[in-house]
Amino acid sequence: MKRRVVLKSAVAAVALSAFAAGGAWAENPVLKIGFVGVTSGPAAAWGISNQRSMETRAAWINETGGYTIGDTTYDIEIVSFDDQKDPKRAIAGMEKMAQEGIHYVVGPNVDDGAAAVRPVAEANGIMYFPYAFPKELYTAPASNAVLGMVANYQSGPAIYKYLMENKGVKTVAFIAANESDPLSQRDGGVAAAKELGLEVVSDNVTYQVDTTDFTPVLTPVLRTRPDLLVLSGVSPANAPQLIRSARELGYQGLISTETAQDAQVLQEGAGDLANGFISVGGASTPELASDAMREFVKRYTDMFGEYNDESNTKVYALEYILETLKANPAAIDDVNAFQATMDGFEAPNPYMVGDAKLRYVGSTSFGQKRQVAVPLVVNVYQDGAFETLFVAEVD
Amino acid sequence: MEQILANGVYLGAQYAMIALGLTLIFALMNVLNFAHGQMYVLGGFVTYTFYGQLGFPFVAGLVMSCVTLFILGALIERFLFAPVIRRSSRDESTMLLAAGLAFFFDAVILLLFGEKQRGVPKIVNGVFNWDFRLIMPYDRILICVLAILSIVSFILFMQYSKTGRALRALAQDRTAAQLMGVNVDRYSMIGFALGAMLAGLVGGLLVTITGVNLGMGGPTSIKAFMMVMIGGAGVISGAIAGGIILGFLEAIGLAVLSQYGDITYLMIFVSLMIFLAIRPQGLMGKPWG
Repeated sequence: MKRRVVLKSAVAAVALSAFAAGGAWAENPVLKIGFVGVTSGPAAAWGISNQRSMETRAAWINETGGYTIGDTTYDIEIVSFDDQKDPKRAIAGMEKMAQEGIHYVVGPNVDDGAAAVRPVAEANGIMYFPYAFPKELYTAPASNAVLGMVANYQSGPAIYKYLMENKGVKTVAFIAANESDPLSQRDGGVAAAKELGLEVVSDNVTYQVDTTDFTPVLTPVLRTRPDLLVLSGVSPANAPQLIRSARELGYQGLISTETAQDAQVLQEGAGDLANGFISVGGASTPELASDAMREFVKRYTDMFGEYNDESNTKVYALEYILETLKANPAAIDDVNAFQATMDGFEAPNPYMVGDAKLRYVGSTSFGQKRQVAVPLVVNVYQDGAFETLFVAEVD
Repeated sequence: MEQILANGVYLGAQYAMIALGLTLIFALMNVLNFAHGQMYVLGGFVTYTFYGQLGFPFVAGLVMSCVTLFILGALIERFLFAPVIRRSSRDESTMLLAAGLAFFFDAVILLLFGEKQRGVPKIVNGVFNWDFRLIMPYDRILICVLAILSIVSFILFMQYSKTGRALRALAQDRTAAQLMGVNVDRYSMIGFALGAMLAGLVGGLLVTITGVNLGMGGPTSIKAFMMVMIGGAGVISGAIAGGIILGFLEAIGLAVLSQYGDITYLMIFVSLMIFLAIRPQGLMGKPWG
């Protein structure tokens, strides 16, 4: 008898809690958007800024009543998967997204992961927004990948040209981590520099990604006395140490990179030695940021304790997905409809002042529109903050 | 050549310190502490918090790293490793526990300190420059000296203190030590705590040079295991030798082989495989364990 009562109570409790949980979610149906990227290990900052940007924006949307696509208002749920920067894990992550019926995924963060998930994404009708630069991901017959940022072969030439014309740079040296992304970015940078007429004085020195002391690594590079030292594909964790070691070794030339960095990380890791360091900034500056951007930064900071400057770019991918779905509600479970919408898609850019638009670009680089349009902001670090060197557009 | 030697001494001193704690724990408890790198990272973050964020003197930050990791190590040994060792005679039980701890610490570090690279103000400004033949920032020289002093202090402690003698007895023969009146449980806990404290100390020292981030733990553990393999598992002098050898191999490789690309660690791994095939117990280890 007693046992039966206990059982009944348990069943009732489960039913009640299920009802309560259902009730909480029943206000709006849920639209799941995936994230597959690196949120652990030395490159964790890249993926975590992605994930947290998405979670911040989703919480904001849900708090303000949801996101209306067609006749339905959805709550947004972010489903995340840490691929640990391992292509095999990235494939597993994309398969998980497919199993959950997700059609729109942000990530992966690196080249080999993005290349590895392509067959899974194309076979399962998933559009994905990698932060990886190989052109074959975005060039036909590839169809489902959309570059979520500005590629190094788009920003590099712009930076080198600016420095040649304004700083008299004539010689350049490249250093990269011994990994696929930095190495491919280095090769792209070397080719672009040569095409512009720069003399490449060193391009074969690489370092282990877990290097903590760069003095021995940089010594042979700096013997070539370049006007410009390019840290190809450098992660935010390594950039301050490389800058610090270079300056401590007496290097007085310019230092630049084509990856996004964080001002606080540079300040803590290199202090004043980072002054003058040029990087591709997040797609926002104080002059460009709208009230919505400032609100996003505030919400992100409230949720996670501190903001990450990389999120100035990473706020965009989710917005592009949702706005494109809003433009064509049929695309919610049909990526062919999504792709058809991309060509003519245009919507107001909520994160920039003025009449800036969200639109897909990439025709020049990829022969089809497979890149989000974010401003190419080139920053220079000075005394704890980034100052805008110049702003340009891709395509 | 002067630069290579200086880099070798500097790298060797820091590597030796990292390996010391790992080999101490292995010697005392036969535990491969896969969370050693994460303990190093925690030590770095404690110094970062006290010195970099709260404005305490650097030495206070270092002391806090040591104290925090000592207490943490003691708790881990008492409540996790000791019960597992008591209940399971299989080595892999403690290995799995250590691996689990590493993941747990990674998660805790992410929650407490975030995903970003962290750094602290330099403790000494300026760069020693001998006619461009030898360039070494003063803070690196200071950290190198402190690391060497710490290693010497540790050796003296192990050699001449009562606790050190008890720990050595424990490492040599656990049963004999127990029969001679050594409180095995207590000294196991102290030994593990000391190993964790050494990881915290070197993390605190190096945060001034390398900064610290969430992802440094795993690679640090791998390097520590390499040093221990070179020197011989469970042998204090072996860990020091392994650290210095790895430091010099890295310094020489980066200087001599840089023109051929990043093959320094490839060569080190190939050499290590050949070396271990010939002498699997390492330089100073015993083949019988």
